[in-house]
Amino acid sequence: MTAAKTVLSAQEIGRTLARMAHEITEKNPDCSQIILVGIITRGVPLARRLADKIKTITGVDVPHGSLDITFYRDDIQSKGPDLNAGRTDINHDINGKTLILVDDVLFTGRSIRAAIDAVMDIGRPGRIQLAVLLDRGHRELPIRPDYIGKNIPTARGERVRVKLSETDGEDHASVVEGG
Amino acid sequence: MDTVEKKFRGRHLLKISDLTADEIMGLLNTAYKFKDVSEREIKKVPTLRGKTIVSLFYEASTRTRTSFEIAGKRLSADVINISTSSSSVTKGETFKDTVLNIAAMKPDAIVVRHPSPGAPAYAARIAGCSVINGGDGANAHPTQALLDLMTIHEKKGGVEDLKVAIVGDILHSRVARSNINALKMFGAEVTVCAPPTLLPHGVGALGVKVTHNIHEAVADKDVVMMLRIQTERMQQGLFPSLREYSEHFCLSAKVLKSARPDVLIMHPGPINRGVEIASDVADGPYSLILSQVTHGVAMRMAVLYLLCGGAES
Repeated sequence: MTAAKTVLSAQEIGRTLARMAHEITEKNPDCSQIILVGIITRGVPLARRLADKIKTITGVDVPHGSLDITFYRDDIQSKGPDLNAGRTDINHDINGKTLILVDDVLFTGRSIRAAIDAVMDIGRPGRIQLAVLLDRGHRELPIRPDYIGKNIPTARGERVRVKLSETDGEDHASVVEGG
Repeated sequence: MDTVEKKFRGRHLLKISDLTADEIMGLLNTAYKFKDVSEREIKKVPTLRGKTIVSLFYEASTRTRTSFEIAGKRLSADVINISTSSSSVTKGETFKDTVLNIAAMKPDAIVVRHPSPGAPAYAARIAGCSVINGGDGANAHPTQALLDLMTIHEKKGGVEDLKVAIVGDILHSRVARSNINALKMFGAEVTVCAPPTLLPHGVGALGVKVTHNIHEAVADKDVVMMLRIQTERMQQGLFPSLREYSEHFCLSAKVLKSARPDVLIMHPGPINRGVEIASDVADGPYSLILSQVTHGVAMRMAVLYLLCGGAES
């Protein structure tokens, strides 16, 4: 087993999300037009936390939801079917709104491509922005995040593990060599 | 779960026991997500883009064939329906040759309905692609049992320890056989009810209770499934007349009084109003008959996704 290198502690994750929430409010002066949509699994609690922080900053209740991309993936052919799809739950009209996709790690960009397609089948947002806690590079598609918690240089074979208290019992992000 | 799905690739769905309990739970989870898709304005996902599904039906069908077609199309697959009455089967082409010729056009799955038990299993041996049993004689109808399971699961939150009565022409019913297998797999208690002539010999060996009295069958049940009298499969008089059958075995509002207050009434369709089920019961508040049809699309989407979603290993 190889050693894990911490890239964000629990405290740093909290501070990083607070900064990202500020950036979101700066870029979107009218917060009432925002919908935060977390990509299942770990994007969902991150979207909820960002919504909480935006509420603290602006007093605006920003709606948040979850998006499952299982049926939109481009690797179904090679990986086979996955019977554990989560539930897409966006209880708001997204038409014309600024929809901010939220995910824990941005890597090849393929999940985000799938997420954009999934969103377009639900409605027609005015614009889509992207917020990620960690950007580890190695993009395979022309996708660029609008809000980045932290850039971390990684080797392709390394694995980035994000743990969140809601899903994993603790807040912690690390890079594991040679995964 | 990963290994479970990989194992299924290139496999067939001919009967309920082709699936493990884990796989069925996975299909339920997936079917609920596809039900959400069917409620959107854009009722389509790109999941099976580039896949081809052929349905080959040697018997009449409204629900099964249409829902397989809609299911495939909502997954972005191309779906072609062959009904034997308008195919070369009328020119004397055998079942074997028909299957081989369809297979030569390289579909990813063939849905087969046939009056002879075992016909889909035979197709599975020669087709070289996934074969789904859409009903074979009195043998099996696995996707019906799966959608029935989903309908019960959605309303009751589970199936374990539920008391289920299946009433009607058990002898000729593939739906009854597949449902008994599926319900027993998840720990339901199943009672079958029919006149003795419409029960298969040794039905008790399936692990079900048997009664010939509909009042007894319905009493205290969580779910009552009614079955149609399949006159097209009957060679001699198994009961004096439909009217007399109906006198004793029709699910009327009066019979229903002895059931639980939250009873679910199900029927795989087509229903014969006034024969096995009274109109006011079929259209009444306990009836889930149309819910079953809605779930048919969602569950068949899940089945097609499981069978066609991925390369053969």
